[in-house]
Amino acid sequence: MNRFDYVKPASVAEAIAAASAPGAAYLASGTNLLDLMKGNVVRPARLVDISHLTELTRIEHRENGDVRIGALVRNADLACDQSFARDFPAIAEALLSGASAQLRNAATVGGNLLQRTRCAYFFDPASGCNKRTPGAGCDAREGDNHQHAVLGWSEACIATNPSDFCVPLAAFDAVVEIEGPAGRREIALEALHLLPGSTPERETVLDPGEIIVAIRLPAEARAFARHARYLKVRERNSYAFAVVSAAAGLVIENGTISHARLALGGVAAKPWRAREAEALLAGQPAGPSAFQQAAAAALRDARPSGDNAHKIPLARSLIVRALAAAAQGTPSRMPALPASPFSSVPGVHQ
Amino acid sequence: MNWTVRLTVNGEPRTLALDDPRVTLLDLLRERLHLTGTKKGCDRGQCGACTVLVDGRRINSCLTLAVSLDGAAITTIEGLAQGDQLHPVQEAFIAHDALQCGFCTPGQIMSAVGLISEGHAGDDPERVREGMSGNLCRCSAYVGIVEAVLDAQDKLTGKTERAA
Repeated sequence: MNRFDYVKPASVAEAIAAASAPGAAYLASGTNLLDLMKGNVVRPARLVDISHLTELTRIEHRENGDVRIGALVRNADLACDQSFARDFPAIAEALLSGASAQLRNAATVGGNLLQRTRCAYFFDPASGCNKRTPGAGCDAREGDNHQHAVLGWSEACIATNPSDFCVPLAAFDAVVEIEGPAGRREIALEALHLLPGSTPERETVLDPGEIIVAIRLPAEARAFARHARYLKVRERNSYAFAVVSAAAGLVIENGTISHARLALGGVAAKPWRAREAEALLAGQPAGPSAFQQAAAAALRDARPSGDNAHKIPLARSLIVRALAAAAQGTPSRMPALPASPFSSVPGVHQ
Repeated sequence: MNWTVRLTVNGEPRTLALDDPRVTLLDLLRERLHLTGTKKGCDRGQCGACTVLVDGRRINSCLTLAVSLDGAAITTIEGLAQGDQLHPVQEAFIAHDALQCGFCTPGQIMSAVGLISEGHAGDDPERVREGMSGNLCRCSAYVGIVEAVLDAQDKLTGKTERAA
């Protein structure tokens, strides 16, 4: 790990001033950043420790029905907030399917949004990686790439975004509140992450010094609470990143879908909202035919970036499974293995 | 530059001067406080051997900077027993033969203490396995570990007989 200057600002405003210097990085709990620093993957000149800023640790259930989640709320605390889990069960399930209990106890929701790809070539300073070193080439293109992107990738970068949490956040129109040297702004979660194009080193729309202060869920997203699931295929059934994941939410009236939400994880450099699939589902009976059409539409533009063609039919199957599970109804209790498609929830294991 | 960190470690207040902010909680415990019960396995948050409680919550001490924990209360494996009286989780690990080489055991036990206090697993072995998935055991003593966690939980919650 490189030497760095460590500062502990007393407020968000002080933090922004301290982090506007070149080479500065925010430190929340550090579960991702310290791992990257130990591997010499990132070498910040200054760490701005925000972990003690209690103004960012609140979950606010607002009168208008919105929920505002401070950026330093721990993943475990959000997932176990009973009111939140009742209103946004697929988000709670996604959180509980990520990492381990120890990491969820430490990792913050703001940090989750900004975690880096787990592409092995990004993590290995001896490998060529355009994201780590612009212009260095992409060793993943001809390497072990069976887990890499099938949507939105470029010749410069085929890495995926590893977050589970971001997938249902994208599906349910979460908003990200940002503060920075130029003031306050907010953007849709869906607009936070960038596709790689020719500049894979630029992963989000955040400018230097900008900090995520909160994530907000709109009241309307609660309409999906009775029919919402997050399913995730992993190489092992716990403590592993998604090969492919899907967040599905439905509003069903007399057997007919009136509104649908669908987003995929593990397939691209950002959580992948499948709007065309959502539009196809609306107005159809909640059943296999509609689910299969939606799955086909969601993966229409997919193409392998290496030895990963299997992820395309896998994603289609998982979408059908997630929509069927959502249609059946949100389980009354969090499944023992959150997000597992091999769960014992009746009717889900087909 | 020096940083002062005040911690309560296993009930004892400690004031520590750090000359380098890179020191993790794990290295502080092992190298500065000579509490070597907490193990360094992967040092990258993947194995769970370094699990300790910070303000009662289980975390990976290898991925935590000590300097950021000013004011926190830390419990390590050395802080569980009351004199010669082992903690119920320690007793259960012995009774259920929940270890072979023992290297992962302090982390497993601290994680189990955290899991039981979180209270989400109940008596479902599947939920215990899921809740303990952040602790790897190369000797694969998992069957005994799950039994030990369930048994200790029964004792700690005052439940004497567990449903099958």
